[in-house]
Amino acid sequence: MDFSLFIPNMIKIWGKYWQLFLLTGLKNTLLLTCISVALGTLLGTVIAMLKMSKFKPIRFLVTLYIEVLRGTPILLQLYVFYFVLPNVFTFLKLSQFMWVSIALCVNSSAYVSEVIRSGIQAVDKGQMEAARSLGMSEKQAMMKIILPQAVRNILPALGNEFIMMLKETSLASTFFLGDLMTSYSIVKGASYLTLEPMTIIAIIYLCLTYPLSKIVERFEKKMASPNSYKKHNRKRKLMSGGKI
Amino acid sequence: MEIIKTVNLHKSFGDLHVLQGVNQTIHKGEVISIIGPSGGGKSTFLRCLNLLEKPEKGQIFFGGKEITGKNVNIDQHRQKMGMVFQQFNVFPHLTVAENITLAPKMLKGKSEEEATAMAKDLLTRVGLIDKFDEMPGNLSGGQKQRLAIVRALAMEPEVMLFDEPTSALDPEMVGEVLDVIKGLVETGMTCVIVTHEMRFAEEVSDRILFIADGNILEDGTPEQVFHNPQHPRLQDFLKKVL
Repeated sequence: MDFSLFIPNMIKIWGKYWQLFLLTGLKNTLLLTCISVALGTLLGTVIAMLKMSKFKPIRFLVTLYIEVLRGTPILLQLYVFYFVLPNVFTFLKLSQFMWVSIALCVNSSAYVSEVIRSGIQAVDKGQMEAARSLGMSEKQAMMKIILPQAVRNILPALGNEFIMMLKETSLASTFFLGDLMTSYSIVKGASYLTLEPMTIIAIIYLCLTYPLSKIVERFEKKMASPNSYKKHNRKRKLMSGGKI
Repeated sequence: MEIIKTVNLHKSFGDLHVLQGVNQTIHKGEVISIIGPSGGGKSTFLRCLNLLEKPEKGQIFFGGKEITGKNVNIDQHRQKMGMVFQQFNVFPHLTVAENITLAPKMLKGKSEEEATAMAKDLLTRVGLIDKFDEMPGNLSGGQKQRLAIVRALAMEPEVMLFDEPTSALDPEMVGEVLDVIKGLVETGMTCVIVTHEMRFAEEVSDRILFIADGNILEDGTPEQVFHNPQHPRLQDFLKKVL
């Protein structure tokens, strides 16, 4: 294989297709990621609460939901949402992009719910006891004592989920949805070159994931220090005009 | 005047029958220390008093009302029973002052000013006023436990329950916490203290309960329990710890 043209070809392809890579591919990848993580977090929170429910049947159903989504390949789940569900729910006039977004969101919710649940359960149980012994109800203790502490455990893990999802959206290219991976296929078909566009999108993915993982890492370190709550407090004070 | 009464209290963890029909009456203003071997049921008994552990059988009366019955709002009763834990359990995400003011503001409708004034007063009493704006993560074990005590006092409880308050402390910090409890005892507060500090128990208590094998095996003044023990289990226990 001749590599002498690799760099010039890459520059040529970048010059010709940068808009396709950035304005279409990257845009759609980020859109898919944001939608699925944001909605996945909302749904995941609900799932986590249900998983900690006192009613056994609810816990059973939720466990089933989580295990099925975590135990089957995401590509298989995408097939179900792309090929099967639109034919079942024919009254829902959703775009293919939306169906894939929903699939990713549902998948994400299973992982996020476990992140949230374990984040809450990682808070020392003495905290709940202390709050209850002061006379707080379970709900008050949850809101004022447990959740503010659980957020520290949850946020870094949510950052990692975002990075995971960023990469997993590449599966949307299976359905040619215009994400970054799809733009690779398009350029490959148009230019008869593979390695060059492949390298370009790899670099774009890395430019996103590497800084993000560094940010998460720093955040994790900061959260581990005993003073970490203080900054959080100060920020809250500022936001609420000096009153908490 | 009786303040807490338990009738035939039973509690099991799995196959382990930890409390086997405990009957006890605690009067207002009394200081009671509970001693006994590990696993004998001391902490479980104490934790049953504010229903952190739910007994399977038996009744608990607090201020004349049964709190083990159905349709009882236990949260309201717990407001009048302060509890101090072995592991301090201070709230790490709140400042020292907020640790104290949170519950009175939320549950008793105290204003910010009232609660803050009270927190200042309490912190001065236990020598922590210079830590007012500090985060608990920066306090020593002894300081955390003193904070935990005043956090409970801020609810103006009728009884204070102490669950081995000095067991998780470094030896040099035990004294400062015991001093705070002594000061509290002098104010006439009703206290129930599970402890391994025998000398302290002898000094401050009106009554000592010896709990082993799931029941109160001896109940008497410090003089009787420490210097004239009757039950062979207590004699054996004292031989080991004194």
